[in-house]
Amino acid sequence: MEILNYAFMQRALLAAVLVGITAPAIGIYLVQRRQALMGDGIGHVAMTGVGLGFLLSWSPVWMATLVSVLGAVLMELIRWYGKTRGDIALAMLFYGGMAGGVMFINLAPGGSNANLTSYLFGSLSTVSESDVTAICLLAAFVVLVTVGLRRQLFAVSQDEEFARVTGLPVRALNLLTAVTAAVTVTVAMRVVGLLLVSALMVVPVAAAQQLTRSFAATFAISVALGVSVTIGGTVTSYYQDVPPGATIVLLTIGAFILLSLLAAPLARRRARALAAAHPAEDPAECKIPATRGAADEVGV
Amino acid sequence: MSDESVISLRGVRAELGSRPVLRGIDLSVRRGQVVALLGANGSGKSTAVRTIIGQVPVTDGEIELFGTPRRRFRDWGRVGYVPQRTTAAGGVPATVTEVVSSGRLSRARFGVLRKADHEAVRRALDLVGMADRAKDSVNALSGGQHQRVLIARALAAEPELLIMDEPMAGVDLASQEVLAATLRKQVAAGATVLLVLHELGPLEPLIDRAVVLRDGCVLHDGPPPEAVGQHALPGHDHVHPHAPAGAEPIRTGLLS
Repeated sequence: MEILNYAFMQRALLAAVLVGITAPAIGIYLVQRRQALMGDGIGHVAMTGVGLGFLLSWSPVWMATLVSVLGAVLMELIRWYGKTRGDIALAMLFYGGMAGGVMFINLAPGGSNANLTSYLFGSLSTVSESDVTAICLLAAFVVLVTVGLRRQLFAVSQDEEFARVTGLPVRALNLLTAVTAAVTVTVAMRVVGLLLVSALMVVPVAAAQQLTRSFAATFAISVALGVSVTIGGTVTSYYQDVPPGATIVLLTIGAFILLSLLAAPLARRRARALAAAHPAEDPAECKIPATRGAADEVGV
Repeated sequence: MSDESVISLRGVRAELGSRPVLRGIDLSVRRGQVVALLGANGSGKSTAVRTIIGQVPVTDGEIELFGTPRRRFRDWGRVGYVPQRTTAAGGVPATVTEVVSSGRLSRARFGVLRKADHEAVRRALDLVGMADRAKDSVNALSGGQHQRVLIARALAAEPELLIMDEPMAGVDLASQEVLAATLRKQVAAGATVLLVLHELGPLEPLIDRAVVLRDGCVLHDGPPPEAVGQHALPGHDHVHPHAPAGAEPIRTGLLS
């Protein structure tokens, strides 16, 4: 494993593993509440943070975290209050965020769109020591929330109205989900890039669903899948000199297709087993009773 | 039956968008009562229930649960709620047990389910006859079974008050009978029940009182309308004697 002899590859692999864990871990709740594209929106908003980081000579990772957390909270507030025009407000937030990023980075001394590219599509080999520290801290927060509060987040994401009646702080949990998603976006920014972040949040979950019946199994398999593709993509990019972000996303989609193909015969087997276990509920064929009773009479 | 009010609404008004949906509702449900909230589509019966649980904000009036103003009410383990749904499924697969366990969170500290909690979930599944499907994905269930899961979820907290929004909508006959039997057991054990219904159906014998809403106002509050003679025919339009003369018949759907 000569690949591990280089410090930059050690950092890259560590960052990749953390993204492989955190992106599907929060993504599963977004998919459950049918907001699969929320990560994409946050990614757009985070660009303003990166631009501001360059302009103010701050760490772009921390600045992006700050701005995307604010953006995610704003999105959640729009979802509460702006029910009818919510989608238009979100569109303005997304594209405003993107335009802001391009504007700020061009205003920064010596800044150009070239700096932005490494954040848009990821740049694993340039992950620095301080980036790794930031990524580790942020990833720890994401794991703590998504695992520690899994029952609460499951209930709120499954049925918000019902969750309210169990006394859960629904608004606080919704905000926490949004903030955690924003943090995950910045964790993944250096690995797969802001434009591809959402893929790692959604596709491993979609792939795992092809095989699973329970939420717990879907969670475990999508995280395992996330880690596999991020390591696989990073190693491939090292040996083949291809961009890691794109490699990781294409591998994930490949895994989805493979699992979908495997799932079809599995689903058929399960359906047969279910029918065998509950023959009364799901008779395989239509049965016509030999004698007809009064209940069968159809009035005209 | 005691005099204690479990649910009390006084002059409750609510709007959806800027359209008034409730125009001053008074409703009181006493301990042990089974009250059906009836009315045509758009009469405000679902909204009334959703103000009680805090999902729809009220613009005026007071709501009390177990004698406590709703804003200060925290004892949600005493309330079981069945929202109006056609499915118990979300965007990710989940087993019947996982969905029903959510209902126990009101009794669990910090979201940690102990042995007693898992047993309560199991009992709730037993009550609706879904124990043998505990490990199946909710995606594999029929419409009636989804409803049974939603009711088990409400029962998992072992509530004193059950609030159900159209629990019989889209439910097959076999499941309707299971649900009626489940409810009968809860009522026999002393539960208080508020039901939003489109038709009385198999629950009719259980119901002590019917409250009929129309255009966000209480039109009738008293014994449930009896279906006799001409009224018992399917498709009959129910014209209530309290309605002002010349009003168009209210179609409560009770008998259709």
